[in-house]
Formats: sequence, structure tokens, C-alpha cells
Amino acid sequence: MLNRQGRPTQAGAASHEDRATFTGNKALQQIEPLIFEIGHHESTGVDIEKPAAFKPRLGSHARQGEIGLPGLSEPETMRHYVRLSQKNYGIDTGLFPLGSCTMKHNARLNEKTARLPGFSDVHPLQPLSTVPGALDVMLELSRYLMTLTGMPAVALSPKAGAHGEACGMMAIKAAIAAKGEGATRTVVLVPESAHGTNPATAALIGFSVKAVPARPDGTVAVEDVKALLGPDIAAIMLTNPNTCGIFEPQIVEIAAALHEAGAYFYCDGANFNAIVGKARPGDLGVDAMHINLHKTFSTPHGGGGPGAGPVVLSERLAPFAPVPFIHVVNDKPHLIETREEAPAGNEPFGRMTAFHGQMGMYVRALTYMLSHGADGMKQASEDAVLNANYIRACLSDLMSLPYPDHPSMHEVLFDDEWLKGTGVSTLDFAKAMIDEGYHPMTVYFPLVVHGAMLIEPTESESKASLDLFIATLRDLAISAKGNDKERFTSAPHHAPIRRLDETRAARQPVLKWVKPAPVAEAAE
Amino acid sequence: MAETRYTKDHEYIRIEGDTGTVGISDYAQGQLGDVVFVELPAVGKALAKGGEAAVVESVKAASEVYAPVSGEVVEVNAELEAAPGTVNEDPAGKGWFLKIKLKDAAELESLMGEEEYQNYVKTL
Amino acid sequence: MRYLPLTDTDREDMLARIGVPDIDALFSDVPGGKLLKAPLDLPRTKGELEVERIMARMSAKNTAASAVPFFVGAGAYKHHVPATVDHLIQRSEFLTSYTPYQPEIAQGTLQYLFEFQTQIAALTGMEVANASMYDGSTGTGEAVLMAHRVTRRRKAVLSGGLHPHYTEVVKTLSEMANDDVVALKADVSASEDILSQIDDSVSCVVVQSPDVFGNLRDLKPIAEKAHAHGALLIAVFTEVVSLGAVTPPGAQDADIVVGEGQSIGNALNFGGPYVGLFAAKSKYIRQMPGRLCGETVDADGQRGFVLTLSTREQHIRRDKATSNICTNSGLCVLAFTIHMTLLGQAGFTLLAEVNHANAVKLADALAGVTGVTVLNETFFNEFTVKLKKPAAEVVEVLAAKGILAGVPVSRLLPHAGLDDLLIIASTEVNTDEDRAALVAALVEVL
Repeated sequence: MLNRQGRPTQAGAASHEDRATFTGNKALQQIEPLIFEIGHHESTGVDIEKPAAFKPRLGSHARQGEIGLPGLSEPETMRHYVRLSQKNYGIDTGLFPLGSCTMKHNARLNEKTARLPGFSDVHPLQPLSTVPGALDVMLELSRYLMTLTGMPAVALSPKAGAHGEACGMMAIKAAIAAKGEGATRTVVLVPESAHGTNPATAALIGFSVKAVPARPDGTVAVEDVKALLGPDIAAIMLTNPNTCGIFEPQIVEIAAALHEAGAYFYCDGANFNAIVGKARPGDLGVDAMHINLHKTFSTPHGGGGPGAGPVVLSERLAPFAPVPFIHVVNDKPHLIETREEAPAGNEPFGRMTAFHGQMGMYVRALTYMLSHGADGMKQASEDAVLNANYIRACLSDLMSLPYPDHPSMHEVLFDDEWLKGTGVSTLDFAKAMIDEGYHPMTVYFPLVVHGAMLIEPTESESKASLDLFIATLRDLAISAKGNDKERFTSAPHHAPIRRLDETRAARQPVLKWVKPAPVAEAAE
Repeated sequence: MAETRYTKDHEYIRIEGDTGTVGISDYAQGQLGDVVFVELPAVGKALAKGGEAAVVESVKAASEVYAPVSGEVVEVNAELEAAPGTVNEDPAGKGWFLKIKLKDAAELESLMGEEEYQNYVKTL
Repeated sequence: MRYLPLTDTDREDMLARIGVPDIDALFSDVPGGKLLKAPLDLPRTKGELEVERIMARMSAKNTAASAVPFFVGAGAYKHHVPATVDHLIQRSEFLTSYTPYQPEIAQGTLQYLFEFQTQIAALTGMEVANASMYDGSTGTGEAVLMAHRVTRRRKAVLSGGLHPHYTEVVKTLSEMANDDVVALKADVSASEDILSQIDDSVSCVVVQSPDVFGNLRDLKPIAEKAHAHGALLIAVFTEVVSLGAVTPPGAQDADIVVGEGQSIGNALNFGGPYVGLFAAKSKYIRQMPGRLCGETVDADGQRGFVLTLSTREQHIRRDKATSNICTNSGLCVLAFTIHMTLLGQAGFTLLAEVNHANAVKLADALAGVTGVTVLNETFFNEFTVKLKKPAAEVVEVLAAKGILAGVPVSRLLPHAGLDDLLIIASTEVNTDEDRAALVAALVEVL
């Protein structure tokens, strides 16, 4: 049958075999070499006029020899990076249920406001009289964060979650030192289910780490904490909602026990998205908590950053907040940038970073908060929790729940008990999801669960999207149990690249491009 | 014949006179997966029983190797630096980690013999 | 709310499927009385138009660098970023992706990380580079900790030419970890005696070049003495464009190199986000902090890239990790690497030359102003002048005239007795008119 242009309208005879192409490309999926393989040392994509002759002031320090970097013209650059982008999966591509990472919609309004010249094109050290609007953003963001958490102070400058953890733990260490207990309170309690950053942070700051066991129901028991408390305990680092996706039911008692023992409560706020507008850490007895603006407040993850990790602080810790901070006198904000300038009553423990933190992220997060409003943020948390529990309800007959006794918060945790005997591992299952067009969930974390699969849909998914996701996972689960091993163990089959040899990468690390040696003439 | 004894953490020590060759068991290498790196102690280092002697890494895990007994490191298997996969291929043979000069042979008694260890592994 | 797809009907249906009467039933683990019933005391949902207006109003209160003659540097620099860069980094697949934990669907990110690592290694003259730190200052703190691990010593010597914020970051980390720090006095003339500080107890010497006052430092003798005592040289820079014109730290035998990469591809952003550059000799690779991207092959033998040597990192090694860093500066890395690709070495060295030429022109013009003394013998695109009046006052007066003249040293070091010093930067964005305006204003004010 021909259409009116005389072209055939029927698809050609479909071949199931993967036909090799001359280029190796597959239509929209292009094989893209490295810039070092396509660029030339003399090429450039910028037009810069050579300056008139002048007498350099470099002394004996002028560079000798060339750098060894190619350039690309503008069209080549554009094409190279567009092609690379097409090998990536983003939130805008599809459902991205990466537990503990909160891959929610990144509104482009946030990108637009962050690029306003009064925010993006101001220097951190230009006179403060020329940046009152920047201080307004910092103050307004602080007000929102303090209101949402019910905490009286906030240190904005940490650059990401782990940096925020360090900031909070440093404030705790400074408070302990101020009480003269620095030599004795040297141990930090960390549950076994914690993010790796928690023990790493505690160790970074010179604390030793003691593990708190997890109860069989996935929560931390106040008795277990009490049993470990003593004059040597500085703090606990507890994630709430925890990494198993459960709100710690005994959190208030745990906080009280810590305080009674003279210790502090650091809350990892990675999972704050579940409870914004529903519960305030300040009401639960938290002394310090970082907030990942790139999770809860939707600043883009950008392939691994930049993030921002402001830390809210209790009354007891507030005086130790690092510089810089804003000190308001007679309604006028003053930016305190050095320890020496700190007003009376403040004993800043130091400085986390050069300048004032992640302004670009403050603007985005504030834009998000203004857009949502108090009602919208509460609704977002409720929807995030609802979506996770809906997935759980629709999958728990097929996949095994290690902690069925508590409702999930914004993420639902499955283990691999249900895969036993199938020959399919959690990793295989994740890779098969890629073939179905999904980004896998977080796998093998938390460590307390065997073959963990942590699914966090966020509030950004429609019911139709969730239903298709659920149907897909059900199909996969049935297939895994029904002996269709091949669908999993050699997956992904349709991604731009197959499974990669990570052993080889680690045994002989190749961490940069090296010009290949010319092929030697065959001997003889 | 040289006697081999095991710890609950899956290190083995093969005794030859007053020295013992330390490595990880076949079970341990299987659990770890492809070994990509081994960090060995300096020759001459004094090790205490149960203290950290070496580190063995796979792509996704890093494990401490503890000294099965106290003593001084007299030799390390430098070949592992270039070929860490030997630990997977031949854990009991070419994949050994270090040789230790025993301080107190009596410490060996607290370790498991071949059969006892194999039974122990079956319970895991 | 426009970002939330669920309808009220959806919500009811879903609650029914879950088998709970209302949403608060899912929050049953929140202890009694702690569950909030009413929304918090903050404004309600706003439309896009209204939000944009509010943000624009705040933005308009600030003086943007592009709007005035602009000479502010001291750790962050105003450069021109090609339009291509910002367009590309806003592509959804880059902007909204995560750390590449699933390499099969993250080859885009992984390949640009590999390209970035190669670029940084080449620029610094080092063997390996990581996939970024938060910024130059935190990278410097991490470099000191790394040196402590390598040398098994715990004392760092910091040059008086190191950016004071960087010094503070290192001091803060070291105080917390009970490590020793010897921070030399601020050194405007680059004549400090750092060599005499190096002995067998020292883990590392941290030297910035160009230093915070703009002076170029000779790193080689410091490296030699450090190595003779088993210590490492950590070389720092805050202006990466300088590497297009000056001898890279790798050629001076630095062991670890840390830099701020903001100048390439990234806006000023009032201090962040920026991108920390981190490179080292390859023998120290297992002590490096941060992510590393490596080349490998897939099941079909096709080249691909993965994050590698992860056993150094917190998610595996926990309290024995080389750093607690997780999220780093992914998108800022992308901006850097695209801009650097556009430049190539041809464009980059030319850019450096223009920067240097502009700074020389400005220094020459200022040398003729009564009441201004240029202190630097050498510099790249930034130098320090001594004024006959307090620099902070002069800067305020000039700001009122619409000229942003530089950074008073007293802003960084309020009680150092250096109130008459001003750090002035001039990059490719400055025109002859900008320079003339600054010179004329200074003549008038001084």
C-alpha cells in the first residue's frame, strides 16, 4: 500500500537480529571519541585577539613548552557534548527511583533565577554595600530553613551533604571543648545502617566510631543507645527518616537520653524530603542537621554536584557556627567573615570554605520554596510518602520487604530474599530495569539488608507513571522467578554500552587519555 | 607435611618450622570477588595476633587481613602488586600475602585445623 | 501546585490501594504530638510570574560585575564564558542526572569526567587528577590530610602567600583533627623564609602561586627541601588561567596540586558553586580523596568509562575512607571541560596572554598615580598596591562612583596591619576605558 506521496507506509520486514552498521552508530546513539582523538593542538573555538607587544612581568616563571591539549571549533564542541548527553539518563528522561538521593523534578525557573546577573555575576569579595540583594537571599533562605526545621540557627556555607555533616560535627566538637570535655568525649555512635559519609565524617574530625546495632524491625532502639552512652560519647549521627525508609519511632527518647548523658544529637537530613511541613527536627530534640538543598529543595544533581549542605543548629550549638554568618543589628544584616570580627556571644569554630558557600544553590532552593509555599511543600512530602507506599503496596506480594512492620516514608526498601534460587542478583535485576527504560533504584544500600533495593519515586511522578513502573517491575519479578535468567544476567541489552569490566578498571587504572604509541612495524 | 590453620576471619597460616605463610582462604576469595589490590605491610613490622596485617580490596569492598598469630613480617608477596588476581586464582599457593616469624607457637592452638575450618565454612 | 502531578482522586485511590484511611496514617511512627497539622508560618504557593518578580527584585539590588569597571579578584575571577557552555550544561541529560553509579546509562558524564581529568593533568603537569572537589579551599584542606596519610606525619606548614580563607579552612580541619599547623605571617613581598620551617617533623608545605597578593613563587627549591626531609609540596593556585602563562607546578616537582577552577566555564556566583581541581603524582593515587573515573571495556569489548578505585571512598571504606566527600562539583566540571575544549591550548595560552597584558597595562598606569605603589615584582593578572589611604575606604568611595576596584587586604585579614593594601585583578573583560576610569577615580580620591 502506498500513501499519497507514493512512499510505502508499512514498516519494512523487521529483523530481530542486531544489524551491524558501518559506523558502529545506531541511529540516535552515536559512538563519540574523546576530544583528544578529534581535536587538534592548533584548533580553537574562541576568537581572542592577540595583545600588542608588551613587557611581561612573569620574571623567570614563563611557561616553557606546550600544554598538550587539543581544542575544538564551536560546532564540533556542540556536537561532541550533545552526543555525550545522549548517553546519559536524567530525571527528565524518566522515572529515577534512586533511594536516598531524592531525584525530584528540577524546575527551570530555578535555573533562570540563579542566572539573574545580580546573583550569578557578583563577586564574593566586592563591597557588601553593592550586594544587599545577595544578603537578602541568604537571610530569606535561612528563615525558611529555620521555620521548616524548627531550629534557631543555620550555617549556610557547607558545600554538600558530607560537608554539612562535617560542619555540624565540628560545632559539636567545639561545644564539647568549650565545656572542657574535649579529652574525654571522643566517641561517636553511628548505626550500622548509616550512610558511609557519617562514619567518614566522624573520623575526619578526630572522633572514633562505635556502631549501634539495628533492631530486627529496621529501627534504632533507645535501650541500645542507652547501653552505649557514657562519659566518652560525644554524639550520635542518626539519619531520620532512616536509610531503611522508616521514621525512627523512638527518636524523641533517643534525643533525651543523649542529652541526659551530656551528648549531642546529629541528624543526617538526607531524607528530610519525607517530612517537610509534617514534622520539625527541632521538636524532636535534634542539635544539628544538614539539609541537602540538592535533594529536598530540588537544586539539580548535575551528574554529581554541585550540591549545598546548610546545617541547622540548636540553641546550644548556635554560638559555634562557622564564619561567614549574617548578624542582624537593627534589622540591618552584617556579614561576619572572620573569627576576629565575631560579635560577643559567638565563638565560631572556624571556616568551612572560602567565601560564603553555594549562592547559586541558595537562589535555586529559595525559588523552589517560594514556588511551593508552606502548603505546597507539605503536599510534596505527603505525595512523596504516598508514592513510595503505593509502590510498596503494589509490589510486596512479589518482592520481599525486610521491615514490614513500619510504614515506609518517602522510600521503600526491599531485599533479595525473593530472588533466592533464581540465579538473578539484585545487580542483574537493576540492569534489566535499564533495558525497560528506567534508572535503577539504589542497590546494595543500606548494608544491613542483603541485596538491598531502595526505591524512592519522589513526589514528581504521576499515578500513570507509577502504574507503568509497577507493572514493569512486576513483569520483571515474574520473569526472574520464572527462570528467564538471560533477561537479567546479561542485561542491559539496549543501553548505549553493555556491562563494564570494573575489575579491569581497578586493577590497571587508566585515569587519563594517553596518546597511543605509533604501531610498530612488524618485525622481520 | 606443612600444617595449615585458619581463623574465623578466613585467614590461613601454613606453618613451616618457626615461620608461617599467611593468606586468605579459598572461601574468602570467593566471597570477595575479583581482587584488585592488596596492601602489604613492611618487612620487619611486628604484628600482634588479631592486629591488622594487610588490606585486600575488590571493586566494591575492602577487607582487613588480620594476623593469625603474633610475630615479625619476614617476607611479603611483592608479586601481588602487579597481579592481585593471583589471590583469586591460587589463594593457598601463589596468592599468599606474607610470611611471619612466629613469636609464640602456642597461639596456633586457638586456630582451626583444616577439617574444623571446612565445617565452619559450611555453617556460614 | 504545578510541580505535583497527583490529583486528589489519585491520592484517594492510592490510599485505598495501600489500605489506610488518610495520609497521616502513613506517618504513624512520628511520635505523638510531633506531627504537624497545619502548614507552617510561611507564604503559600506562588505562580512562576510572581516568584520571578520577587527574585528579580532582590537581584536588581546587587551591582553585577559586567555592569561596571570591575577589578575584584583574590580567589575568584570575572572572565568571559562562551554562550555554548551555559547552553550545554543545561541539557536535561547533564543537568538532571546523578553521580554515575550506573555506568551503562551515564557514559556521557563519565566520558567528560575522563576528559576533565586528562585536561587537569595536562594543565598542572601532573600524572593524575581526580573528578573534582568542592572548590580550591576545601581541596587544599583535603590535600593536607592526604599528605598526612602519605607521610604518616601530622604537621603542615602554610605559606603566608596562601589565600587567608584557604589558611582558615586548613586550620579549622587541622584543629578538629588535632593536627599541627604552622601558618606563616601574611607575606606581601614573597620573601618569607619558608625553607627554614621544613624539618623531619613536617608532613607538607603548602605554597600558592600566584600567591594571594599576585606574586609568582619559585616552587622548586621548596620541593627540593621538602623532599630531602620526607615531606610533600602542595602547590595551590586560585587562578587557573595563570597556567596558560606560567610554569606549571608539576614541572617544579610538586607532589599534590590543588586549584580553584572557577575561572574557566563558571560564573562568579557570589562565591559558589565553584570547582576544586586536584592532581597528584600517581604513586599517591590510593591516598587521593574524591572520585576517579577510569577507562575500561564492556562485555562486547567496546571502550567505556567507570568510577574506579572506589575502595578509597566513604561509601565503601566508611571511617577509614580517604575523605567524606560524596557529591562534588559535577556540573561545574562539565562547564570547565567544555570551556577548556573550546579554548584548546591555542585559545588558553592566548587568553592567559591577554590577561597578563591587561594586568601589566593597569599596573603601569597605576604606577604613575601619586599615592599608589605597585608592590609586585612579578604577577600574572593580579597584583597588590599600597595606597596612601585605607584601602577599604577607597574601595567604598569608588564603589559609590560605580567602579569595583579590588579587594582590600583588610577584608581578608582585618587585624594584620595591612589596611593600606589593595589587591587588584585585571582579566580579558577589562577595556582601556575600564582602566582609565579606575586610574582617574584613584587620582581623584587619593
